[in-house]
Amino acid sequence: MDSAQPIRPDLGITASLVPFGARVLDLGCGDGALLAHLIEMKDCLGQGVEVSSEAFHTAIARGIPVVQADIDEGLPDFTDDSFDVVVLSQTLQSVYRPSVVMREMMRVAPLGIVSFPNFAHWQVRVNLALLGKMPVTRALPHQWYDTPNIRHCTIVDFDRFVAAEGPWAIQARRYLDGSGRAVNGLVSRAPNVLAAAAVYALRR
Amino acid sequence: MNRSSESSLGIVETRQVVLFDEDDPLVVESGASLAPVTVAYETYGELNADRSNAVYICHALTGDANAAGFHEGAKRPGWWDNLIGPGKPVDTDRYFVVCSNLLGGCQGTTGPSSINPATGEAYGLDFPLFTMSDLVAVHRRLIAYLGIERLFAVVGGSLGGMQGLQWAIDAPDEVEAVVAVCASSRLTPQNIAFSAVAREAITRDPNFHGGAYAAKDVAPTSGLAVARMMAHITYLSEESMRAKFGRRFQDSDEPRFGFDVDFEVESYLHYQGESFLKRFDANSYLYLTRVMDYFDPFDDIGAVAPRLNAMTARFLVLSFDTDWRFDTAHSREIVRVLSAHRVPVTFREIRSPYGHDSFLLEVPEYHRTVAGFLDQLASGNRVA
Repeated sequence: MDSAQPIRPDLGITASLVPFGARVLDLGCGDGALLAHLIEMKDCLGQGVEVSSEAFHTAIARGIPVVQADIDEGLPDFTDDSFDVVVLSQTLQSVYRPSVVMREMMRVAPLGIVSFPNFAHWQVRVNLALLGKMPVTRALPHQWYDTPNIRHCTIVDFDRFVAAEGPWAIQARRYLDGSGRAVNGLVSRAPNVLAAAAVYALRR
Repeated sequence: MNRSSESSLGIVETRQVVLFDEDDPLVVESGASLAPVTVAYETYGELNADRSNAVYICHALTGDANAAGFHEGAKRPGWWDNLIGPGKPVDTDRYFVVCSNLLGGCQGTTGPSSINPATGEAYGLDFPLFTMSDLVAVHRRLIAYLGIERLFAVVGGSLGGMQGLQWAIDAPDEVEAVVAVCASSRLTPQNIAFSAVAREAITRDPNFHGGAYAAKDVAPTSGLAVARMMAHITYLSEESMRAKFGRRFQDSDEPRFGFDVDFEVESYLHYQGESFLKRFDANSYLYLTRVMDYFDPFDDIGAVAPRLNAMTARFLVLSFDTDWRFDTAHSREIVRVLSAHRVPVTFREIRSPYGHDSFLLEVPEYHRTVAGFLDQLASGNRVA
């Protein structure tokens, strides 16, 4: 397992919210980097879900069990409370049915960890309000015509969503800068302007 | 890794061993005793020093011990030669591969066509009914005979995949990996109905004689051929039949308007039915289809849960999108139950136009997935 590679900073923060030894389901696990890290460093039992065939092959090549499925169709392969934690890392903004996905993740485990780019970050605002163009930032690196991101939301939106859909208790909240590193101090006073992305731990 | 589909095991041969005798009979799940039990098997590759690289291949309904390589003088290799061999997904340069004919079969392992020592005649329907667990019990005796305590993997398609699942349930710490391709943990009424009609075709054949046809030196050949023809339809997809036969006529450009074989598809089915008679016994067909009908390992989930929780195996569960014999819902049910009991599962539905038969064919994404799964596990375990 290639755990010697440093993990992406935002994944490190996501991982820090996962309890030691937990059974973790990672929705949209991609190449399995987060799960590999959790298995190696936190003695977790990891299971991934991924729709892309190429990512599927990369993940199984590093020993991650992966169910190939489209999470927009719910999680019919997983029973209630069969995991300790479900992770939705940088994936919420690219699903068609965020409500279905969120409700399903909170059905399968009591703890959900969600990270997403904040569409109200000041750089996004500058792009749109002053320059009049769709934002391209470090947290949102895609051009409008090739972005997988179809459900942009802000930290304020997400708070309301959590209250309306759950409600789920917000157990932890972490704010990230454009490179995915944790930021605090000033940022936490006005996260919806200053944070490029956020990671939430939600409890049922 | 160099994977050449040309590479073959070359000449292989089936061996036989008596695994149960009068002093130590096989007691099947129903309580009946059976002895002797002879098993026909083949092995490929070398068992490594710590005996950790053994892969057991479980065959489907009508398979045999010749999974790969050529028998002396044979024109065609074993039934899974595209998957098993040097550099292939089940890599015989890396693994020690074992394949045996199933209990109740008719290709060298004791079955209803074997002689019943009590009567001196073939068992026929006096052969005891047996279950998936009984098939596995015989496999387990064979690996013990071969000096193997723990398997690196059990690999099978259809009924073969079901044996892999049963093995991991019956001996949760004996198996490190199970590859179950287009398998099922519970046949649907439609699945059972197809098998029921196949059995009716056999038992209604005037030459069936209550299963004791061997003593009269006849066989219910027309029934068995019809059973095979119908089953074969369920192994193909509509799409693949359309592509393979269309509505073309056999040996003619025009219809002949009659009840003889006229369409190409009819001729094909006839051929399948007739060639099956050369290699298969009607009573074996009855017994082995019945094993599948009754297979329902998750039925009493409370009883099986401790075994599922104790499983050390990782599973690779695969289905094919055009398989309607055991469609993807069957595989996903296996995934759901295993995952609910903390078993690590890798699952994919693979696109393939060939229906249930896909598991026997060289579908590149399918083979890539099996290879990737086994390679990673073998490297992690330092198997070879």
